[in-house]
Amino acid sequence: MSSEPAVRAEGLVKTFGDVRALDGVDLTVEVGQVVALLGPNGAGKTTVVRILATLLKATEGTATVAGFDVRTQANSVRRSIGLTGQYAAVDEYLTGRENLRMFGDLYHLTPAYVKERSAELLEGFELTYAADRPVRTYSGGMRRRLDLASSLIAKPSILFLDEPTTGLDPRSRLGLWEVMKELVREGTTVLLTTQYLEEADQLANDVVVIDHGRVIAHGTSEQLKDQIGGDRLEIVVADSAQIDEAKKALSTVFSGEAIVEDDKISAPVTGGSTVLVDAVRALDASGIPVADIALRRPTLDDVFLSLTGHAAEEEKADPNAPVSGRRRGGRR
Amino acid sequence: MSAPVQMARPIWGWTVHDGLVVARRNIIQSFRIPEALFFSLVQPVIFVLLFAYVFGGAIPIPGAEGGAAPDANAYRNYLMPGIFGQTVAFAAAASTVGLAEDMQKGLIDRFRALPMSPPAVLLGRTLADALRQILVLTVLSITGFIVGWRISDGIPNAILAYLLLLLFAYTVAWIGAWIGLSVPNTETANTAGLIWLFPLTFLSNAFVPITALPSWLQAFAAFNPISSLVLATRELFGNPTGFQPDYWPLQNPILYTVISCVVLIAIFAPLAVRKYRSSAGK
Repeated sequence: MSSEPAVRAEGLVKTFGDVRALDGVDLTVEVGQVVALLGPNGAGKTTVVRILATLLKATEGTATVAGFDVRTQANSVRRSIGLTGQYAAVDEYLTGRENLRMFGDLYHLTPAYVKERSAELLEGFELTYAADRPVRTYSGGMRRRLDLASSLIAKPSILFLDEPTTGLDPRSRLGLWEVMKELVREGTTVLLTTQYLEEADQLANDVVVIDHGRVIAHGTSEQLKDQIGGDRLEIVVADSAQIDEAKKALSTVFSGEAIVEDDKISAPVTGGSTVLVDAVRALDASGIPVADIALRRPTLDDVFLSLTGHAAEEEKADPNAPVSGRRRGGRR
Repeated sequence: MSAPVQMARPIWGWTVHDGLVVARRNIIQSFRIPEALFFSLVQPVIFVLLFAYVFGGAIPIPGAEGGAAPDANAYRNYLMPGIFGQTVAFAAAASTVGLAEDMQKGLIDRFRALPMSPPAVLLGRTLADALRQILVLTVLSITGFIVGWRISDGIPNAILAYLLLLLFAYTVAWIGAWIGLSVPNTETANTAGLIWLFPLTFLSNAFVPITALPSWLQAFAAFNPISSLVLATRELFGNPTGFQPDYWPLQNPILYTVISCVVLIAIFAPLAVRKYRSSAGK
């Protein structure tokens, strides 16, 4: 894309006293793209979003959102963005409709437009039946949907979603994902933070992994999974005497070196869930009974085990590695 | 879907517009928690009844009818403006707790990420908290009337007295707002919002004549704006005032009250707005 990116951050540093929350983060989100910032608690994800949403000033570095400088053109940035934070930031005592009206009024939209848009959003987020009830009677999922609706009242071109599904039950999470996918189809640019690899996988074209305030990996979720080893197939045979036989039978299914441990075989595979079918067929054809078989998807834990493992090695090679290295060194 | 339609800028500007939007929200809010509203009204009523019937006969009001001998009715007339003054002062606690709650729930973050006028959230909060006092003062006045309190210096003066009380409520709401934005959480806000109000209201002429205080406290009480507020309302309602020691604020209570309010707003409004702009609500 040749146009100005929706979000461009360069060398963002943020310190809180002695703590270096961000240590030089670069980030680009093209128009219409969905980028997920993936990282554990305290990695700096929220700090990045807060800086981009003009809530915090970066100690160093520059950032533009919708082409406006977050430092000097904060109000223009605010007009272009919608922000949904970690907590459903809606007024509990107001009804759903009153909340939307308040936020619409504060965006300086005409009452007629706010009324029409609120009705549209309430309908789209399946909240019409509860629109005139105080929000404190809403479930967690309903609050998040209203929160998201509130940030969409002025149809922002860029949406920041800070851990939009943290704390939700699986059903509400799926519901919210559907809503977000719909927004993306409509062309909204989204920067999403999450602790869940699955969420990044479901929603984002591009994943940026951050830890200790630094970007430690960047790519599509496929590239990232390849980098950390992808899916693994785990088989437990019923009779451990047949373990070598099983390994042989599955050699065409595995895409890499298999690890054998007692009655368990673990090996990298590609091709998703069809691999399971292939494996079961191969074992059946060889007459090997199976106690357990599972396809293990890489989790955030795996990403971090893999990625921070690398970082620790680099640290030894480079004694001048800045803060994140020093911090880790200090902990030993 | 149609494109967003922006409003034309109102003649009074966006700050007032946004402030009124937030004030409307806060007023709706206070009626959505009827229990809280009920207890905020009951508390001053209990104060009236306690003071009127427990201390009524025990505290002599020099210069009031009945002379130096304790007169329960004189004390009730003396007391009511004190209760008014104390009640509007405690309005500050609502601003403290309300803003701390908004901050903790992430609403302040959301407001700060909107293209709205930054002081508006605080303008709306302080305005709503002061306006709520109209209801409280109405209930208090009725209770006072029942126990024998009377307005006896004409309606215009009485209206002026109520306006002074509301101005004072608005002023302390700014102090409360600043405290609310400065405390780390709502639990702290609950205590920090109240703690300074007790000495401030009791070290005044609200319940006892200043001349009854130890002499070293008299100077403090004389310059306490609550004393001048209470004295001004006593004069404007035509209630007994007691003898005043020779301090300028007590010789010019209305003027001193207005000056205090202006000065306090000039100090605390910018402090609160600065806190709001930099608040790193978690």
